[in-house]
Amino acid sequence: MELQITWFILIGVLLTGYAILDGFDLGIGAMHLLVKDDLERRILLNSIGPVWDGNEVWLVTGGGALFAAFPDVYATVFSSFYPAMMLLLLVIIFRAVSIEFRSKRESKRWRRNWDIAFCFSSILIAFVMGVALGNIVQGIPVAADKEANIGFFELLNPYALMVGITTIALFMMHGSIYLVMKTEGDLQNKVRKWVNNCIIFFVICYIMITMWTLIYQQTMIEHFRNHPELFILALLNMLAIANIPREIHHKREFRAFLSSCASIVALFSLFAIGIFPNIVISSIDPAYSLTVFNASSSQKTLSIMLTMAIIGIPFVLAYTIGIYWVFRGKVKIDSMSY
Amino acid sequence: MQETELISRIQFAFTIGFHYLFPPMSIGLGLILVIMEGMYLKTGNKIYENLTKFWVKIFALIFAMGVASGIVMEFQFGTNWATYSRFVGDVFGSVLAAEGIFAFFLESGFLAILVFGWNKVSPRVHFISTIVVALGAHLSAVWILIANSWQQTPAGFHIVGEGLSQRAEITDFWAVVFNPSTIERLTHTISGCLLTGAFLVISVSAFYLLKKRHIEHAKIGIKIALIVAAFASITQLITGHSSAVKVSQTQPAKMAAFEGHYETAPGDLYLIGWVNEKEEKTYGIKIPKLLSYLIYWDSNTPVMGLKEFAPEDRPPVNIVFQSYHFMVGIGLLLIGLSWLGVILWARKKIHSTKWYLWIGVFSVLLPHLANQLGWMSAEIGRQPWIVYGLLRTKDALSKVVSFNEVLFSIILFGCIYLLLFILFIFLLDRKIKHGPEEADKIESTYTEHTIPFTKN
Repeated sequence: MELQITWFILIGVLLTGYAILDGFDLGIGAMHLLVKDDLERRILLNSIGPVWDGNEVWLVTGGGALFAAFPDVYATVFSSFYPAMMLLLLVIIFRAVSIEFRSKRESKRWRRNWDIAFCFSSILIAFVMGVALGNIVQGIPVAADKEANIGFFELLNPYALMVGITTIALFMMHGSIYLVMKTEGDLQNKVRKWVNNCIIFFVICYIMITMWTLIYQQTMIEHFRNHPELFILALLNMLAIANIPREIHHKREFRAFLSSCASIVALFSLFAIGIFPNIVISSIDPAYSLTVFNASSSQKTLSIMLTMAIIGIPFVLAYTIGIYWVFRGKVKIDSMSY
Repeated sequence: MQETELISRIQFAFTIGFHYLFPPMSIGLGLILVIMEGMYLKTGNKIYENLTKFWVKIFALIFAMGVASGIVMEFQFGTNWATYSRFVGDVFGSVLAAEGIFAFFLESGFLAILVFGWNKVSPRVHFISTIVVALGAHLSAVWILIANSWQQTPAGFHIVGEGLSQRAEITDFWAVVFNPSTIERLTHTISGCLLTGAFLVISVSAFYLLKKRHIEHAKIGIKIALIVAAFASITQLITGHSSAVKVSQTQPAKMAAFEGHYETAPGDLYLIGWVNEKEEKTYGIKIPKLLSYLIYWDSNTPVMGLKEFAPEDRPPVNIVFQSYHFMVGIGLLLIGLSWLGVILWARKKIHSTKWYLWIGVFSVLLPHLANQLGWMSAEIGRQPWIVYGLLRTKDALSKVVSFNEVLFSIILFGCIYLLLFILFIFLLDRKIKHGPEEADKIESTYTEHTIPFTKN
């Protein structure tokens, strides 16, 4: 396979990994204010406590890989989304420090303020990323010089906003399932009810965004029209989502979580197939679009990076799984907890 | 465009200056944690365990600040310096990606065990995790220093394309990794990081000794930190010297700016001075020809002066001169402080030498100051280039980002970082005032299915 395509897939894998891992962190953050009791809030926080930081590295590495493999995409998207990017950075910072700072003082006011910061920053991270993705699907005004000049409010168009909301819904569904695995007793019963509500919320969003895409985003469905067998992915996605309430009902939380992961993988695959070979579609002239072929680094760099990935990724996966294994089971609060 | 360049540079300088308060502490403290926990495993002494746990909590706080402020850096190349990103992506991007794969994953993954895993894994596995976190922190320094050194002394690439689509492409990966200044700059930076971590521990321990609290912990803390500091202060001097020699070979304009050296002639070394950039003259107290002697071991070899460079190719001189001289001054001071501490400790006088302990308490600021000043002299000294000799800073900006947008973001970062800094100091202060748990007051809060760390 051509190296450019390999890297298109690998960056997709990194970002999907990010969505799966940090997705539940963000989803749990979004639901943080739904519990009122301090101990319960601490359990929510500590369910992601040891892992959220490692999960965020998937984004950092995905960003680095994008910079390295497709510098033009990195440069065009990051600079043209400038205010949105700054907002994203702001909320990423606030999420990180609110987790770290929140339980460091007994004061109720202190904790409440950081709880609010944690919740809203989690929601906004998901939302801004969704909005960015929505704009990528629609295309942005990339000109002949590869630069796209786009105002902040143009980014906030209805389709992109809907993708943003769908992203929040997806992560909330994902996070609520993760929470069921990590909690017990009354809190777990409470969370079980959230799972169902989140699924309903997500499915409504999913149907809307699918219809919207089918009707208005013709470029996204071209491959599917030519290769109807690809619809199997959409079908698998629906089956995975439908499987979640079943597994939750049978108290097989881990399987429910895997289903949710599968649905994220399916969604990202649909997106990647839809957009390929473009990465950034130009709304001015399709000839200006940044594709995996015209926006990539040299073959040499791509092959060096592939070597790094082949050496590095197995280790990363191995110890990441090991660390999740160490922290398996229900959350227990101790003196080192957040 | 000129104002946008200036404000973008200020934003980058400000955000990285803030970020760079934290990684040096985690790198230096990482090594000290390895020593502390290693001593615990070797001796089984509870004091080492409590001391390690105390510093792990501080480490976690510092690490979180580093993560929060670090992600800004990775995004900023694309948001503010898009033209630069297009130009260097093929080379610089892969080094940054390597940092993610080979360093960040290690660091943040094993940090989980370091901070939260005390009762989940055996002491041996915990100790290995501590080592891996420290190693990861050092590795991230390795990759980022490779990337930055490549900007100073680019190697292993060729330029392809014309005009807009011109960019650097990799030809030899190992030549990029071991570009001419990598080793000198990396070892110099790591030495600075070790000093930063060590003086943090010295400062807190000295504070406890003065206040007569946690005395047993403080005695051990100050001993370990002094040994690290004594070692690092010497490597700092050696690597500082080799860095300067390398700069004189690879970036002569920067070397000339370090000493305000305008005419090509045997170079003088200023102890203190002021550069009048209009008159192109430097005033101050100097040791004649010492610069030439230090670079060439010969006091008569001429050093290239700034007048050899067209005015548009020269860095700002006075600010580079001052930051460089203050950095060197602090470096020498730190050698004195470290070795004085070691001597006092060897004579068993350190715990009662109040004036030294008071200096120790405030000495924590010195390595930070030297880190920032050293970075200023390295980066401002590279100007007007963003990639030395290849791409000018003024040509590297994002074309679609306006002055007002950067103004907005700089105010945003200014407010947030001020808030975070205040909160960080406040929480750090609380942790220090709380101090390590005393050995006899430890209560186990764990359920029976976990293995208490202290069993083995």
